[in-house]
Amino acid sequence: MGLEEKIPDSVIMTSLDKMVNWAHKRSMWPLGFGLACCAIEMISTFSAHFDLARYGMEVMRPSPRQADLMIVAGRVSRKMAPVVKRLYEQMPNPKWVISMGACASCGGVFNNYALVQGVDRVIPVDIYVPGCPPRPEQLMDGVLKLHAKVETESLKDKREEWGTKIA
Amino acid sequence: MTTATAEAKTLTINMGPQHPSTHGVLRVELEVEGETVVKATPIIGYLHTGIEKTMESKLYYKAAPCTDRMDYLAPMSNNLGYALAVEKLMDIDVPDKVKWARVCLAELTRLNSHLVWLGTHALDLGAMSMVLYAMRDRESVVDIYEACGGQRMMTTYIRIGGLADDLPKDFDKRVRNTLKQIKAGIADYETLLKENQIFINRTKDVAVISAEDAINWSLSGPMLRGSGIARDLRKDAPYSGYENFDFKVCIGEKGDAYDRYRLRIEEMNESIKIIEQALDGMPEGPSRAHVPGVVLPPKLDVLEKMESMIFHFKIITHGFDAPVGGVYQGIESPKGELGFYIAGDGTNMPRRIRVRPPSFINLASLPKLCEGQMLSDVVCAIGSIDIVLGEVDR
Amino acid sequence: MTTNASQHRDLIHRFVTETFGQYVLSHDDFRGDLSLYIKAEGLIPICEAFLEDDSLQVHFLADLTVVDWLDTERGDEHGRFEVVYNLWSMRHNYRFFLKVFLPDTEPRVASLTDLWQGANWMEREAYDLFGIDFVGHPNLEKILTPDDLDGFPLRKDFPLTYEVPHFTWNKDQPPEVIR
Repeated sequence: MGLEEKIPDSVIMTSLDKMVNWAHKRSMWPLGFGLACCAIEMISTFSAHFDLARYGMEVMRPSPRQADLMIVAGRVSRKMAPVVKRLYEQMPNPKWVISMGACASCGGVFNNYALVQGVDRVIPVDIYVPGCPPRPEQLMDGVLKLHAKVETESLKDKREEWGTKIA
Repeated sequence: MTTATAEAKTLTINMGPQHPSTHGVLRVELEVEGETVVKATPIIGYLHTGIEKTMESKLYYKAAPCTDRMDYLAPMSNNLGYALAVEKLMDIDVPDKVKWARVCLAELTRLNSHLVWLGTHALDLGAMSMVLYAMRDRESVVDIYEACGGQRMMTTYIRIGGLADDLPKDFDKRVRNTLKQIKAGIADYETLLKENQIFINRTKDVAVISAEDAINWSLSGPMLRGSGIARDLRKDAPYSGYENFDFKVCIGEKGDAYDRYRLRIEEMNESIKIIEQALDGMPEGPSRAHVPGVVLPPKLDVLEKMESMIFHFKIITHGFDAPVGGVYQGIESPKGELGFYIAGDGTNMPRRIRVRPPSFINLASLPKLCEGQMLSDVVCAIGSIDIVLGEVDR
Repeated sequence: MTTNASQHRDLIHRFVTETFGQYVLSHDDFRGDLSLYIKAEGLIPICEAFLEDDSLQVHFLADLTVVDWLDTERGDEHGRFEVVYNLWSMRHNYRFFLKVFLPDTEPRVASLTDLWQGANWMEREAYDLFGIDFVGHPNLEKILTPDDLDGFPLRKDFPLTYEVPHFTWNKDQPPEVIR
């Protein structure tokens, strides 16, 4: 936001962090992007029965430029990996990644020539959700864990992470 | 990504692999002239998992869980196809109870798959609420899977020589409740879509394929039946005791997207009938064939009897040796003819497991379906084929 | 095998052996399915005859696949690659197989794309995964595997897994995980 460059580390800074994190947490827009089996459970999670809208997350964005959470739902093949990386790069900061399911986290049962053994070889991952596929409750738990993680973030750290070109 | 060539006056548009209406990671390269599609080229492989190779490197038993992960909307159909193929290779006959239970589960799978298809297809065409209703009803089917196999999607419940375990005690009650809910659900969907002018306008006379073309393109399942050819392996090459059930093979007339929609709805009604017959006539008996050395003995026997324990140990560690030769078993999965060609080579691991993926072969006809159609109809064509990318790419 | 199926089996068997006896090497009935082993050059004439014939109506090519018999007795005897054509008679609802053995070096067989449109992707897949050259195919390119993958993954001499370095001490040359 540019504010944090002018304000020194102080009570105001931490309060600002709190407010910004609260806003991030309460309106996290996932990228509408499914790869394999886990995508179906992801749809279940977003549907009426499990209803992820309770956490302010029902708006799936088809365009990566409007999204700030990427849920990698399914196995990432070697052909798909460059595409996933590209999509991640197209998302504006701040952005988070949930790796959903065994295949996205570590390759799952498919240790073979075609699959990338874990999406974390291509893009950084914040939360790993195990399961094949994870139940919707598990994904929700992963989302809540991500919310908890977002709460601990500080604008100052981000500046260092993203470099000097802070938005 | 768009590029224009000056002399041809056509525009190349890239659709996918990340696109909300391609049902996964399908990529279609479209050449359009204005709004009309001149040429559509599907580009696949973005989900290529090497499942066939992985299965070939495992014992026959241990390959079974890989089958769920191909057509993840119809896991039980995949299990069934694989189990039947290995049973054919090993020349095993299973008890009647197993057959009936398998039919019941396979038809529940058809309901599951068609419900998700209906929801997503209608969503693509603008009927937003359908997906919420369809996913709601799907939950009840998935709950039955969970009661049987302990997992919502990847159950691997149908195993070689029988079922993983006996059916749950309240299976009958659960299934009947689900059927009641889905019956009421189908009536709802019909009021939402059947005479919905927008839906009809977007599906009638769209993505038409004639009967001759459908055969020439090797299409199967609703894609073939929608064009008026009554080819259904449940009738034509009965497996797992389907010859004992009374049901109708539904066919369409024109072979357009609307016909295929009608046909799938009717198929759901027929599936409900089959499940009811299977529940009414469910015989008593063991949930596994008794074939020592090939089929795992029941768990209680393993704990109490010496021979059973030895066989259990042998199957788990070494598996069983299959004869040299290839067998093919085709079943009518919700998407079409799902076949497993398994070649044994005298060892405990398969030489070749080939899956005949119905979605893959049906998807090959996409250029034919889209030719000369409007750009927005491409979404309808993809939806009406009913593809699952996990099966297309394997 | 029911009596009906055995009648249909005989019809198909007679149809092929009577007209195209010179191409047929042998046949077997493993688990009740008729397989006719034919010479590679006989494939097109036999399939053309099936398509023209109206009494059997073998108009449906259900599947096409390849089996790699590397280092087996069967492979040494007949040829490494076995191409399996899975055909279906629309009239009699009967399934049978045509099988062609191809050698290790330059496995080559005529393409069926002129007869069946559906063969297009099946043959492309067989080419991509096994490296069988289908002569006359309009667009014989990779379909499933990424462009930078060398070799034919479903052949038995292709390793199942690929090794990638997890980390390296050499910071000037980071590991190339994804090209």
